Amino acid sequence: MADLATTFAGIRSPNPFWLASAPPTDKEYNVVRAFRAGWGGAVWKTLGEDPPIVNTASRYGAVSFNGARIAGFSNIELITDRPLAVNLSEIKAVKRAWPDRALVVSLMVPCAEESWKRILGAVEDTGADGVELNFGCPHGMSERGMGSAVGQVPDYVEMVVRWCKQATRMPVIVKLTPNITDILAPARAARRGGADAVSLINTVQSITGVDLDLMAPMPVVDGQGTHGGYCGPAVKPIALCMVAGIARDSECASLPISGIGGIATWRDAAEFIALGAGTVQVCTAAMHRGFRIVTDMIDGLANWMDRAGYRRIEDFRGRAVRNFVHWEDLNLNYRTVAHIDQDLCIRCGLCHIACEDTAHQAIAARRANGRRQYEVIAAECVGCNLCAHACPVEDCISMVPVPTGRPRLTWKQHPNNPERREAAE
Amino acid sequence: MDGDGLSAHRIPRDVIAANFADCAPALSHDEAQVAAARCYFCHDAPCIEACPTGIDIPLFIRGIATGNLKGAAQTILDANIFGGSCARVCPTEILCQRACVRTAQEEKPVAIGALQRHATDWLFAQKLQPYSRAPATSRRIAVVGAGPAGLACAHALARLGHSVTVFEAREKPGGLNEYGIAAYKLVDDFAQSEIAFILGLGGIAVEYGRSLGQNLALSALRQNFDAVFLGLGLAGANRLGLPGEDLPGVANAIDFIAALRQATDKSTLPIARQVVVVGGGNTAIDAATQARKLGAEEVSIVYRRGPEAMSATLEEQERAQVNGVTIRHWATPVALEAVAGQLAAVVFEHTRPDSAGRAVGNGERFVLPAQMLLKAIGQHFLPEPLATEGPRLEGGRIAVNKDGETSLPGVFAGGDCIAGPDLTVQAVENGKIAARAIHRHLGF
Ligand SMILES: Cc1cc2nc3c(=O)[nH]c(=O)nc-3n(C[C@H](O)[C@H](O)[C@H](O)COP(=O)(O)OP(=O)(O)OC[C@H]3O[C@@H](n4cnc5c(N)ncnc54)[C@H](O)[C@@H]3O)c2cc1C
Ligand SMILES: Cc1cc2nc3c(=O)[nH]c(=O)nc-3n(C[C@H](O)[C@H](O)[C@H](O)COP(=O)(O)O)c2cc1C
Ligand code: SF4
Repeated sequence: MADLATTFAGIRSPNPFWLASAPPTDKEYNVVRAFRAGWGGAVWKTLGEDPPIVNTASRYGAVSFNGARIAGFSNIELITDRPLAVNLSEIKAVKRAWPDRALVVSLMVPCAEESWKRILGAVEDTGADGVELNFGCPHGMSERGMGSAVGQVPDYVEMVVRWCKQATRMPVIVKLTPNITDILAPARAARRGGADAVSLINTVQSITGVDLDLMAPMPVVDGQGTHGGYCGPAVKPIALCMVAGIARDSECASLPISGIGGIATWRDAAEFIALGAGTVQVCTAAMHRGFRIVTDMIDGLANWMDRAGYRRIEDFRGRAVRNFVHWEDLNLNYRTVAHIDQDLCIRCGLCHIACEDTAHQAIAARRANGRRQYEVIAAECVGCNLCAHACPVEDCISMVPVPTGRPRLTWKQHPNNPERREAAE
Repeated sequence: MDGDGLSAHRIPRDVIAANFADCAPALSHDEAQVAAARCYFCHDAPCIEACPTGIDIPLFIRGIATGNLKGAAQTILDANIFGGSCARVCPTEILCQRACVRTAQEEKPVAIGALQRHATDWLFAQKLQPYSRAPATSRRIAVVGAGPAGLACAHALARLGHSVTVFEAREKPGGLNEYGIAAYKLVDDFAQSEIAFILGLGGIAVEYGRSLGQNLALSALRQNFDAVFLGLGLAGANRLGLPGEDLPGVANAIDFIAALRQATDKSTLPIARQVVVVGGGNTAIDAATQARKLGAEEVSIVYRRGPEAMSATLEEQERAQVNGVTIRHWATPVALEAVAGQLAAVVFEHTRPDSAGRAVGNGERFVLPAQMLLKAIGQHFLPEPLATEGPRLEGGRIAVNKDGETSLPGVFAGGDCIAGPDLTVQAVENGKIAARAIHRHLGF
């Protein structure tokens, strides 16, 4: 059986599945339930200075897609709404009762060195394993000069991280906001400041919908709405891209990454790890289905690793990073053609209409003895694979590589590229 | 033996009422969303082709999925003005839902019928009248028969601005929707509320108690109207041709069903302890199932061939079986036995297929005690009302071309009285096609 134990920025946990800083990690009661369910770690709901903030009703928006609830999720909650002393004493109690689990404390205080020093000292006394600096919250706190207001300015990131590293012996993880043009800027800044790791993504600024009766953006609070932070399955592709971007960056190289964003299954986790993440954090999936999901995450990941021949997380961590290249490094001489398995085809015609209306008119609609027949016209197919995505039947349409006899050719060498470099002989 | 004959109140009234409740209750909002999400919105969708009225099924289901219920309902009704009753009575398992690609994929079609009901119910509940009439044309058309064929034709013509008079022999409109369809398929007087919606368009006058061949003549209609549509249905019930067929206890299944449909309190209907139904179609299924629901203790359907030859769909056969009906195959009635002038038993002979595939008796007999025998061995077209001036017949029904026009210029026909599947949805399509042809015939 594969060994899932991880050591991340010096913090040990029995498995890479941590709960992200959010309502699931708001208090002792929840975190104890989570640890009992098997979670490897938790990042405590972000602490701030007293007096605590105040939250609204409602707080959440969600996007359903084709009957699937919570395909995307958003919130307008702020950091913890409980007094600092209460949180600190609970953190201490949990860490004492669960020494083998990772317990990291998320922090957000005003952008002043004194404030950070004060809270770091208090957290250190709890025996927590590390801190996560919340530079990501995109609403409510940013207007007060905290959260993403810091995270969007690389110089501030570097400055605050440096203060923190000087003030504490605990590992410092910097949680990054995706609400920025280039994720590398704050990631590199964190590294320059001496961060032990980064975690990403925090939530994406969003309006989940508009209530057309009230004419107000959702979630609606007494007839009005504000932008919230988007997360859940819908943001996973954005998160993967940002994680991978940091993983392959030479300036950030070897900076540990905790992957966050839309992770709901062991497979999602494996993908983040393959792109360089050392641990993963989960919020929405737990809020949707409860802590019990971790059982399948743990054994799903272990079973997959056994099948794939990986004994430890490190055996496959970052394996896909080398294949994450820039567009200009892709082989333009590689060809595929769609192939429809006529035995599996249910004759819905979706491949035909997708290609006919919006792609390359490469799937013919025929009738053979009154029966619908959809056939690829190989000469017209450009191998875009739209049809394979539109097809509702698993494995019915496959993209078959076609030998072209031509050597690998990238845009860098392509004759159409005015700035081409001849292939090195 | 006491109570062995026909008797009402065999089971309590509330049990009977529950037995006749809606056999396929409406989908809730959430159920409809889940069902609608299963539709792939196919290109050239096979279900559309499998619907005799060609409803754009993927489009109306998309309307349900997006919350555009009015658009969904109108997509349905544009193609099939009886979309509400068809949603309830169509054998979807051999029509749209059989063609659904999900049937090929996972043997679980999208619930098209139930979704169709969801959308049309919504429109009826809003009391919306989405249709209006084109400017009046001053053309007058006579429709004979207020069944699905006749009323579908009348509605389409009235929309085009023509004025329509419907002549109906009975006291109520609807044809078999009112008198024939199983009670648990069309509950809450749906047939009449749907017809009220159809007639709500305006431009359609219905004269009841007007029977062609009795107080109405085709020749007069041809003289007084610009065109005539015949939607007469099948008035004749086939007979067994056995001595004793008129004994008390022997009845046509369709008459039994009609009485059942019209009864305000079904517990007052007499029913026997032991009932035998002869036939293999949906009428046999419906009669047998409803006999059980009324309180008959033993009900058998006896059919002269095997299960695959039954015209009742497998789903319908299962419905009967689930309701405790025994279906016996390969036997045919050969004699009726009476006690004290009342049916007491039916004698059957086993059959088997001969070399030509016909069912022939093999001489072995068995007896089923029965105080009630319901004959469901088919209906036929009665040409008498057409008198000698009637259109040409073919195979015992009115012959028409693809536009529904008969051999008589200006006289059209559709529904059960012409060839083709005897289904509500087919009757509606015939009426609709004929209306278009009549419109052209009138020079538009
Ligand atoms: C018991 C039974 C159950 C059925 N169940 C189903 C089912 O579940 N699903 C389904 O799709 N189909 C079912 N059908 C078939 C369906 O009911 C018919 O195909 C459909 O009603 C045919 O419509 P129509 O308008 O042609 O005829 P009808 O519905 O028979 O209407 C004919 C009308 O014409 C009137 N009429 C007849 N003669 C004259 C005259 N001389 N003068 C004036 N008026 C006249 C009649 O009174 C009647 O109102 C069933 C049929 C039966 C008998
Ligand atoms: C209701 C809610 C509250 C959150 N509060 C915090 C917070 O206090 N601190 C923080 O760093 N992130 C917070 N987040 C962001 C999550 O920790 C996480 O980064 C994000 O939800 C993406 O992960 P997911 O797709 O698994 O939900 C919050 C998210 C949600 C849904
Ligand atoms: S791969 Fe693209 S071009 Fe080829 S058949 Fe499919 S949709 Fe058309």
